[in-house]
Amino acid sequence: MEDILLLEAVERYLAGDMSAEEKTFFEDLRKKNADIDQLVVEHTYFLEGLNQYGSIKSFKHALHNVEATLAEEGIFDTPKSTGRARVVNFWNKYKRNMAVAASIAGFISILTLGLMITYTKKYNNENYVSLVKELVKTNTEVYKLKNTGSISNKREKIEPKIDFRGTGFLIDGKGYLVTNAHVINKMKNVYVENTKGQYYTAAALYIDNAFDLAILKINDTAFNAVINLPYSIKKANSDLGEQFFTLGFPRNEIVYGEGYVSAKSGSNGDTTAYQLTVSVNPGNSGGPVINRNGEIIGIITAKDSKADGVVYAAKSKNIFKLLEKLKKDDSKFELIKTPSNTNLKGLDRVQQVKKMENFVYMVVGN
Amino acid sequence: MVNILEQDQELLKGLADNNKKSVEEIYRLNYSMIRTLVLNNNGSIDDARDIFQEAMVVLYEKSKAPTFALTCQIKTYVYSICKRLWLKRLQQLSKFSTQVESLEETVSVEEEIEEHEKVNNNFILMEHAMSKIGEPCKSLLDAYYLQKKSMVAIAGEFGYTNADNAKTQKYKCLVRLKKLFFAQYKNA
Repeated sequence: MEDILLLEAVERYLAGDMSAEEKTFFEDLRKKNADIDQLVVEHTYFLEGLNQYGSIKSFKHALHNVEATLAEEGIFDTPKSTGRARVVNFWNKYKRNMAVAASIAGFISILTLGLMITYTKKYNNENYVSLVKELVKTNTEVYKLKNTGSISNKREKIEPKIDFRGTGFLIDGKGYLVTNAHVINKMKNVYVENTKGQYYTAAALYIDNAFDLAILKINDTAFNAVINLPYSIKKANSDLGEQFFTLGFPRNEIVYGEGYVSAKSGSNGDTTAYQLTVSVNPGNSGGPVINRNGEIIGIITAKDSKADGVVYAAKSKNIFKLLEKLKKDDSKFELIKTPSNTNLKGLDRVQQVKKMENFVYMVVGN
Repeated sequence: MVNILEQDQELLKGLADNNKKSVEEIYRLNYSMIRTLVLNNNGSIDDARDIFQEAMVVLYEKSKAPTFALTCQIKTYVYSICKRLWLKRLQQLSKFSTQVESLEETVSVEEEIEEHEKVNNNFILMEHAMSKIGEPCKSLLDAYYLQKKSMVAIAGEFGYTNADNAKTQKYKCLVRLKKLFFAQYKNA
């Protein structure tokens, strides 16, 4: 209690709240009593620290508020720095890693060579048949105009001659589709058509023959972006025996099929693919393989011409691998946002297909 | 030049008075320069923000000191502080042989940095001590010493029957805080 009274006196003394008389008395006390003198010095120091702490704390608080305001204006966004500085910075930052990277690169290139040899073998397998449909005659009947709305006008203008047909599906509602590389490879002009019969011009943004995947972008102004895709794309591998369904265009109409994952690797032990048991036909290439939760687990690519029901599908994680690679090389691919949630879980199959079919496109071209 | 200095004096005055507009203005005028400095010298955007914030605290402390007179532009001052702070940070990380590549002129800020380190150290100790005294002491001291509320208001807010009781409690808390605070010095 005495301590407290003393402290109060010290604080009043420091704040200058004492009367002249009191002050003289206190100063006298300080001179006589070294302990009290020490207490005053110590407390002065401590209070200074406390006040400083308080003012810095509230200032930091104010700073945060200002930062929040400025952050909204985008002042803290990563700058688009000009070429040289960025390169120099990059070089400075990573030069130590470069040497290591270079030696790894050397090793990888040897490894890749090996892989390429195996990969080439896969396509030398005479039984491996890509499922792109080559249309022998131009099927005029197929593109006969239905006189409905604005689409018909557009069609009259284009009226494409169709030589090849495959399947593709949206991976981003803004109009990005995935299909097989071999679907696109022979096409000079690419069109996509949905189940409602609307079709749009599209362009191949990127073709990766190693993964046998291609990314298309619908560049037609008539295309309305889809806000939410109901399905997601699975990053992990699927298990043996996992059941799935697939949608594709072996005919000029969407066709449903179902099956199961029968092996974890594709033709000739290709670990980037699955072997599936399902019935598919030319035209199914590029079609999504969807599990019962509404996750895309693969992309139909090919079938064995001799064995019955032996179908190969590229694993869905290849899509991510491809996108990652592309995002590194070219910032325009950063725009692609793959759907991460599925709303198909728990629905019965008919409902799942109904929700899904609008986003599976026929990919055609000449 | 005179005009710039006058404008800077205004900004500093605003800063000392905790004027939000002044803080914002200083940010706008100087942040991008510091970002460039840090980014060009092995730092990230987050580092730039950190360093800039620290420099703002230094400037704030300075602006409050009655003896402080600005002898150069705020821009130069902030840049010098940041450069020095960043150099220190790099040295601590001992990641790089420490050459900070800079384009702007600088002034000597050794004293400031030293002072700031002391203040910063105190700040950390005080924060630590504060975090250990527990409630209601923490809120009580906060209300009196930091928010500068009157003892009567505090008594009402915390539910003490009168200001004197609140005051007694406050002193008890202060003694505890002081003990914790100085104990850290002894341990350090």
